[in-house]
Amino acid sequence: MNKRITIDPITRLEGHGKIEIFLDDKGDVDRAFLQIPELRGFEQFAVGRPAEEMPRITPRICGVCPTAHHMASTKALDDLFHVEPPPAGKMIRELIYNAFQFEDHTLHFFFLGGPDFVVGPQAPAAERNILGVIGKVGLEAGKKVIRARREARDIINYLGGKVIHPVCGLPGGVSKGLDEEHRIQFLETSKFTVEFAQFALQIFDDIVLKNKEYVDVVVGDAYKIITYYMGLVDENNKVNFYEGDIRVVDPEGKEFVKFKPREYLNHVAEHVEPWTYIKFPFLKNVGWKGFVEGKESGVYRVAPLARLNTSDGMATPLAQEHYEKMYETLGGKPVHNTLAFHWARLIEALQAAESMVKLLENKDITDPKIRNIPTETPDEGVGVVEAPRGTLFHHYKTDEKGIITEANLIVATVNNAAAINMSIEKAAKTFIKGGNVSEGLLNMAEMAFRPYDPCHACGTHALPGDMPLIINIYDKNKDFVKQLKR
Amino acid sequence: MEAKMSKEKPKVAFYWCSSCGGCEESIVDLAEDILDVVEAIDIVFWPVALDFKKKDVEAMEDGSIAVSFINGAIRLSEQEEMVKLLRKKSQLVVAHGSCSHLGGIPGLGNFWNKETIFNRAYHTTPSTDNPDGTVPLEKVEVEGKELTLPSFYDTVYTLDQVIDVDYYLPGCAPPPDLILNAVKAILEGKLPPKGSVLSPNKSLCEDCERNETKPEKLAIQEIKRPWEVEIDPEKCFLAQGIICMGPATRTGCGERCIEANMPCRGCFGPTDQVYDQGAKFLSALASILDTDDEKEIEKIVDTIIDPAGTFYRFSLPYSILRRRKMEAVK
Repeated sequence: MNKRITIDPITRLEGHGKIEIFLDDKGDVDRAFLQIPELRGFEQFAVGRPAEEMPRITPRICGVCPTAHHMASTKALDDLFHVEPPPAGKMIRELIYNAFQFEDHTLHFFFLGGPDFVVGPQAPAAERNILGVIGKVGLEAGKKVIRARREARDIINYLGGKVIHPVCGLPGGVSKGLDEEHRIQFLETSKFTVEFAQFALQIFDDIVLKNKEYVDVVVGDAYKIITYYMGLVDENNKVNFYEGDIRVVDPEGKEFVKFKPREYLNHVAEHVEPWTYIKFPFLKNVGWKGFVEGKESGVYRVAPLARLNTSDGMATPLAQEHYEKMYETLGGKPVHNTLAFHWARLIEALQAAESMVKLLENKDITDPKIRNIPTETPDEGVGVVEAPRGTLFHHYKTDEKGIITEANLIVATVNNAAAINMSIEKAAKTFIKGGNVSEGLLNMAEMAFRPYDPCHACGTHALPGDMPLIINIYDKNKDFVKQLKR
Repeated sequence: MEAKMSKEKPKVAFYWCSSCGGCEESIVDLAEDILDVVEAIDIVFWPVALDFKKKDVEAMEDGSIAVSFINGAIRLSEQEEMVKLLRKKSQLVVAHGSCSHLGGIPGLGNFWNKETIFNRAYHTTPSTDNPDGTVPLEKVEVEGKELTLPSFYDTVYTLDQVIDVDYYLPGCAPPPDLILNAVKAILEGKLPPKGSVLSPNKSLCEDCERNETKPEKLAIQEIKRPWEVEIDPEKCFLAQGIICMGPATRTGCGERCIEANMPCRGCFGPTDQVYDQGAKFLSALASILDTDDEKEIEKIVDTIIDPAGTFYRFSLPYSILRRRKMEAVK
């Protein structure tokens, strides 16, 4: 008897999300679909807008990672207007960007992905949340979490105007400079963020790595898919969130291609399916072969683990130590274990924090020259950054007045769309056998997509509450059979 | 956690429609204050944070939710169904943020329609590889398995174009202090008249630190774009010839964009006296230009790039224009 399992809604995705799992005659999983029932049409309504307004319009794609859109958009304007920011302008952008990367990553660990590990995969659902984390690590630590988020976000609020939808990016620089008083204040904050990121890694070490049961979950096959990886790297092939070349490595970890942002259309294409509003990017020169793993499939992954896999190392010394430890522990590069995204995310948070200190220790950041005014005619520009959730592409064309005639966006989480589907299907196949849908499926399905931190994976988990998951089971006549809920 | 909450606490629901998640973040940005809020209320429904199901809400008694905070514009059938259900179950509905209040940035979609948006997203974007011309369908069979999606409307609606709304929390996103004030007012029963926008009823210029430098009359010959000029961080943007929506926009935001040396784009919408924010801005601009010659005014206004997309940046669905007539596009 064919059965259908609906997980509706799963939350903390970009928009709403729904998982449909179909069982075959034997009661084993045939197919699983993650549907994204949302579309807003930014690429269309960008047309006709003045290009310089794009950094103020596109952040509304995502209120969780508005800074990523703001920065990709601003960099697309640099390219479009053929202008580069002066050193202080660039440093301010990088400061904002690293502060954002830090607060977003650590928030994810403590509020979302972390509870799976910190509290324990087998812990009662009621404890698998931020309160459970605080219970385990202590109230003092919990307060640190709130402080780290608030202070890092204060930097973005000050320089960007608003942390939810910053406004400071202009072609050739930023609208607001940094004075000495704030440099000193933010330097204190950034030193605290370095300490905090190390503290988070210590928790990961104590609770996950020293526990064989957890490590087995991390390295197990249920959460492993073999794909290509993509990420920005600097001139030394080190992880860079703000700029660089886009590097892709194959499933064996060998460089497949390295290209400039402007060349992205030669390498990335998006596949359309009729059952979801989201598109599925793939490597053009490998091809779309469906939702399948391996070297012959153009499916690639982005975001923390992907960035570490594509790079030759971290850009800062403390993060580098942890990078080496991670690959040593997990058996070398590349790591295909999806749950290792959590570890990679904390290593990146440390790099972001160290980068903030480095930027703020340099007094050049207070230079009042923060903008170069464009003088050339705008035409076409591409801006790429590493959003917390992966490589983010903004591409605009304009007329000679700088009015948008065409826009194309490949949003971070979208890059992972195919892989997220595959991860969910794989976990479902592992945990659903012979029609036996156990309560544990709820946790397991959830753990399969959480490492990717899908875009609405936002801090709303700050409130006490459990991951809302409901699985309805229907028989082939769509009659309700059973509900699992927690 | 639910067990710890007493039944007397007011039940509160949060819901999102066509939005970005920034309004959810705005609640988390209450930071330490959020713990007090959580202590005082009983959150019964919040898709991003708590266990819920549409039918759980259906099972509630009508009017049993004290207040529902709904963010996002209405663009999909599923959103319309959900907000109608929440309206029935709630004593109060608050439109939370620019999108539900005015249509917001997704409301710019009203310059287009479903066909043009789909065409762009699934056919003509340069990275799209779609030789078979596939588009997402409301109902489709994949390998014999039926999958459904909510329908996508031609037009984006504000929340009050779909259901009755009691209060409006303006802003993209609303600042934490306004949210906290709103929650406190509801908890203490100190409610303003129905239909109020929960932010002071005066223009942003009245609170703006740069207001002193705003001249009675602007001696400008043309409008400048923010990227073209050095922006004086002390001086009124309009006095610098840069479009700033301040005169037609409600205050209460803390002038956050101005603080970052960028002009206002109007996310708080107009004051009570004004219905159409764009028309109000145009008349405000015309009245401060230092000329009475209509041709001269016209000439200056003609230098404004994308007036509709700028003056109605956040309020197109709310405005008297509502949307562009698509016959005009074709």
